[in-house]
Amino acid sequence: MSKALDIPTVQKVAELARLKLTDDEIKAIAGQLKAVLENFEQIAAVNTKDVEPLVTPTDLRVHFREDAVVVQPDLDAFLANAPARSGRLFKVPPVV
Amino acid sequence: MDLTFATSSEIAAAVKNKKVTALEVTRHFMNRVQTLDKQINAFVTVNEKAEEAAKAVDAKIASGKDPGALAGVPVAVKDLLCTKGLRTTASSKILGNFIPPYSSTVVSRLEAAGAITIGKTSLDEFGMGSSNENAASGIVRNPWNPEYVPGGSSGGSAAALSARMASAAIGTDTGGSIRQPASFCGLFGIKPTYGRVSRFGIIAFASSLDQAGPMAHSTGDCALMLETISGSCSHDSTSASLEVPKWSQLLKDDVKGMRIGLPREYFAEKLDPDVDRVTKEAIEALKARGATTVEISLPLVKHAVPVYYLVATAEASANLARYDGMRFGHRSSNAAHGDLDDLYSRSRGEGFGPEVKRRIMLGTYALSSGYYDAYYAKASQVRRLIRDEFLKAFESCDVILSPVCTSPAFKIGERINDPLEMYLNDIFTTSTNLAGLPGMSVPAGYSSKGLPIGVQLMGRHWDEAKMFNVSLAIENALGAAKARRPHVI
Repeated sequence: MSKALDIPTVQKVAELARLKLTDDEIKAIAGQLKAVLENFEQIAAVNTKDVEPLVTPTDLRVHFREDAVVVQPDLDAFLANAPARSGRLFKVPPVV
Repeated sequence: MDLTFATSSEIAAAVKNKKVTALEVTRHFMNRVQTLDKQINAFVTVNEKAEEAAKAVDAKIASGKDPGALAGVPVAVKDLLCTKGLRTTASSKILGNFIPPYSSTVVSRLEAAGAITIGKTSLDEFGMGSSNENAASGIVRNPWNPEYVPGGSSGGSAAALSARMASAAIGTDTGGSIRQPASFCGLFGIKPTYGRVSRFGIIAFASSLDQAGPMAHSTGDCALMLETISGSCSHDSTSASLEVPKWSQLLKDDVKGMRIGLPREYFAEKLDPDVDRVTKEAIEALKARGATTVEISLPLVKHAVPVYYLVATAEASANLARYDGMRFGHRSSNAAHGDLDDLYSRSRGEGFGPEVKRRIMLGTYALSSGYYDAYYAKASQVRRLIRDEFLKAFESCDVILSPVCTSPAFKIGERINDPLEMYLNDIFTTSTNLAGLPGMSVPAGYSSKGLPIGVQLMGRHWDEAKMFNVSLAIENALGAAKARRPHVI
């Protein structure tokens, strides 16, 4: 089911996950996840023909509230957590 | 009264009846935190405004208003639940300075009932771990023996409560994170049915599995805490609109005629002899009180660990995508100018710890093109089969009983370098999360080394009531929770 979790695959997955890893971390994760995935391959043996995937475990009905704007009274409390801000705005670095 | 060993309901009654003030209770437990937490390291942040909150409860009582069912009860809250104005870190460097602008529904409901948030407790980063060794604020020690782990991921809550640095505690449980530390620290701990408790304001790990729940020193306190935090919430569309029973008032220890299911496969696992003995003692105690046992079979639970880790890490990789260093959390100052991807990657690489990185990688891999069908989709199908097996088993029994873990608490450092071994430790707890069932850990005895051991109860969806009754029967029959005290006390 799985291909060997080689270094290039781990590098590719780290890129997909937007996760900067050191060479040592990549090597360690490749080894550890290989062992984990080898163990996890046991589920391939379970017959799941025509089985609907289960994505939420109970039969409760999801309920929605009205799609209305709720004014947050304390804007500063939200902005205070920003790594950088400019007045009432989140400040982000230039990307172009 | 001896505040250290009083139950939460005794404390609330004494506060209401003006036998003691909420302020005195808060100071008592705060003093214990100052003295004991140097050894245990259970708290990430102590609530400097706890006394202020206690004074507000006392003022309410003085003016003749109802202070609530948990008046003046000091509660230790896992640092995964947002607390307005009080730092919430998820035990992660990436949220090291995060001050939530709002409180989680769980915390709002506790405080509305008069409870005092005494502080925020350590956890395995983002709830990922079974030993509380993956925390930015350092290892937490088990009050029963400081060389041992308290369990995880709610290890700080369990250790704080076990050392009586709080009267009750809140944990979260995605694959056993309330029940396993409760077992390792000699506490009652319940993961309710999925949807029973609002997830609003709880930092997300795996959204289809996460539930918050209480840890306590008695079945009664556990029931009282759960009924306080349960119920529909407009901010969580998956919270159930069902009526919340007053479990604390409905409690009875009569188990006559109750059918206790014993899953053959759980007992076939290699069990530590002390765990095997204690579990059997609990079964015998229930039989002596008139319960009957039924052997049941859950053949697919042997796949619960892989199914759980594939589903949980896939959901986590999506949930943790929000930590990008833009609106909150750590932002790297080392990124290449103008390279947004580099900024995201470095912020995340610098902010997340090793176990979180490992799980994001596993989850991203399980969801990635070419592997999705073999891993995430397959795991979600097996998940349905596991749930259906449980539903079938409950046709012949009322409550299922099993060990919580194959062993009592293990030594610090013993398993941290082998992720697979650490994951396999969750064999008995993950299946209830996959199936959305309520699960509970109940203190039942001790190992030959004097470490606590709990037994696990599992119930039908929404049937926490029967579990509480069985828990009370075990509590009254064995008296394990009161029989001994941890090393630090």
